[in-house]
Amino acid sequence: MQAAAAASRATDMRRMIRAMLPALSLALVVAAIAYLNPRAISYFGFTLMLNLAIPIALATMAQMFVIAGNDLDLSIGPFVGFVCCITATLLHDTPGLGVLALLGCVGIYAALGALIHLRNLPSIVVTLGMSFVWQGATILLLPKPGGSAPQWLQDIMSVKTPFVPFPIVAAVIVAAIGYFGLMRTSYGAILRGAGGNPVALRRAGWSLLRAKMTLFALTGLFGVLSGMALVGITTSADANIGNGYTLLSIAGVILGGGEFTGGRVSPVGAVIGALTMAMAASPLLTFMHIPPDWQVAANGAILIIVLAARVLITRRDEAL
Amino acid sequence: MQTPMAKLDDTLVRLGGVEKSFGAVKALVGVDLDIFRGECVGLVGHNGAGKSTLMNILAGVVAPDVGQFLIDGTEQRGYSPSGAKSHGIRCVFQELSVCPNLTVAENARVFHPSIRGFGWRRRAARLITEKLDEIFPGHGIAPSSLIADIAIGRRQMVEIARAFTVSDQPARLVILDEPTSSLDAQTAGQLLAHIRRSVASGLSCILISHILGEVLTTCDRIVVMRDGTVVAAGPAQAFDRARLIAAMGSAETKAERTTGPKAGLPRDGAPVRVRMRPARQQGDLELIAHEGDIVGLAGLAGHGQTALLLETFAASRRRNGRRNVTAPVAFVAGDRQSDGVFPLWSISRNIGIRSLAALRVGPFISQRLEDGLAGRWRARIGIRTQDTQDNILSLSGGNQQKALFARALASDARIVLMDDPMRGVDHSTKLEVYDLIRKEANSGRTFLWYTTETEELTNCDRVYVFRDGVIVAHLAGADVTEEQVIQSSFSGAP
Repeated sequence: MQAAAAASRATDMRRMIRAMLPALSLALVVAAIAYLNPRAISYFGFTLMLNLAIPIALATMAQMFVIAGNDLDLSIGPFVGFVCCITATLLHDTPGLGVLALLGCVGIYAALGALIHLRNLPSIVVTLGMSFVWQGATILLLPKPGGSAPQWLQDIMSVKTPFVPFPIVAAVIVAAIGYFGLMRTSYGAILRGAGGNPVALRRAGWSLLRAKMTLFALTGLFGVLSGMALVGITTSADANIGNGYTLLSIAGVILGGGEFTGGRVSPVGAVIGALTMAMAASPLLTFMHIPPDWQVAANGAILIIVLAARVLITRRDEAL
Repeated sequence: MQTPMAKLDDTLVRLGGVEKSFGAVKALVGVDLDIFRGECVGLVGHNGAGKSTLMNILAGVVAPDVGQFLIDGTEQRGYSPSGAKSHGIRCVFQELSVCPNLTVAENARVFHPSIRGFGWRRRAARLITEKLDEIFPGHGIAPSSLIADIAIGRRQMVEIARAFTVSDQPARLVILDEPTSSLDAQTAGQLLAHIRRSVASGLSCILISHILGEVLTTCDRIVVMRDGTVVAAGPAQAFDRARLIAAMGSAETKAERTTGPKAGLPRDGAPVRVRMRPARQQGDLELIAHEGDIVGLAGLAGHGQTALLLETFAASRRRNGRRNVTAPVAFVAGDRQSDGVFPLWSISRNIGIRSLAALRVGPFISQRLEDGLAGRWRARIGIRTQDTQDNILSLSGGNQQKALFARALASDARIVLMDDPMRGVDHSTKLEVYDLIRKEANSGRTFLWYTTETEELTNCDRVYVFRDGVIVAHLAGADVTEEQVIQSSFSGAP
């Protein structure tokens, strides 16, 4: 009994270290920036560095829902771009139609979930195909950069919160919503269980179709929020605006402690991962005389280091 | 007649003439079974007797093709897992049905749709902890632990306790499939005592177990299945170990055995090809196969036979493993779809993949040599196809399996490992393959043959019976009878 208690304490310890990894990596990135330029660690500095963190965090949250169900969404980047264009054109000019179009987008995502589940298709293939559909639709809608974000959206995105920069406040809110929605609600447990052991879920009488459609619809919803937040910041849209979000969002989820299979995801970790990626890719670094090429490399290096650290911890776990 | 059986209105579940086929395989051929309120029914039978299919029907996972299925005297239509649960029928499956990425409490919630809304985590934790305390006092499982972080025995305890928990839906029949397989003796005893207590308070249980002592002491009534039907049933007092084993075996195969072709003699003079011990084996029993031997691996499915085949395969790849496995090895997979065929490739590619070294011209695979090889084996083994260039999936299941045999036999391997390769293969193909194996053995090949079909063992020179991951018996020559195999596969008090 004593030995078992000690072993379970050791397991708890490793679980905690594992859970702390995303936060540690974010702290390391902040520390590196502070070392390079102490003045960046200020209200204004964070506002600038985390300029695009909100849409990235929302896109990462979107990606996290599909990953929780053992799927992957390769179309989230073009989808965010498509939402940007709808927001800057339809939602701005004819709000009613715009809202309908955005709701329709969420509906399409739910339908994709149903298609993937019913036909047993690989989500990678379906969403890769959809990425071209979104891209084409974006170009049809907005052939050249332009449009204008609704004023209320611009106002929201440029709120100045006291003491703590707005992007950090927003990230905390997004993380809290994700955490309570997926980790604390009773249906959230079912959604995660669908990724962990679908057979067990079916035997317990749950509908896997409904779970998968819900996960995809949530991805669509957070993708819509991400696109709206992005265009609220940039104020006008461009067909290629969301490019890069696909890989950033996947990296954010994985950096935040998620795994591609087994329904193991962490909403708080995903937001922290997104912040890390946003920070390491922030335009401020350019002003610090760090060439953009190195920023991309830094992103990759962070990802590899964190994953390697995680594998080391997990392996020791299994050896025991 | 015992009192609970006498009254008809005590019948909880009634199955009448239930049949179920999976493709060509008949899993159940007319099962009649009544489960009464407040009794524990032991269900025993050898591999393929139909126990699991029966359980899946009661769980609502599988629908019967034909037959009557009544609960409380009402015919069940469109029966599903949630229907099973609303009638209070719960299952503990042999392969665990808990979600490893959820906590103990969250897994309880998965089982109870009614645990929702504010405070659900606290309620789920209390429900599962109370039941764990009741069944397994001193279990040491925290409701907030992730299933992935606790040991396999404790996972099984969680799954068992969960099946007994009651929220808004009643628990009336709990079906336990090999529930004690990962439990130690003490916790197994706690479980069996709990089953007795629950039955005394009106619950019904079905206990499926290979530990006959457990079944004999815990159950009120025992039902023996064989070949998809019930062959014996009666109060537990009427059975003992010997009677159960006799009922599980089939009389026909014994007769066939005496008239069938006599297997080759043990070849103690021939060089030893394989010498392996299961990792957990104690004592001096080990598996030895000589050149030209056909060695059967028997016992209940999943008791370490496949693991030993995989270890043998791995040993042949290791340099220091050459002492134990002295010749090249080929593996014939049992699960064709997942481990056997390359579904996008042609028949000849599928056959040639194990022999690439011999099919090479320079750095390339020679199409001519590959087709030649496939053509020779098509003729030799009788693969029914017009053209070996056709996709492998154009073949019937039996012919696909023949192609997999051809892959192994066409190679340079002198040892062929077979992982229950005849699953779902039709009778005539089986006979052809048996013949082929015998011929190949006579020319010096060694076969390690794991099979779940006891009558196939009559094709083997010697048989090792596995139980709980170790070899428990070595049968040779005339001792290779179904009765002997079943006797060794099932443990328990006499």
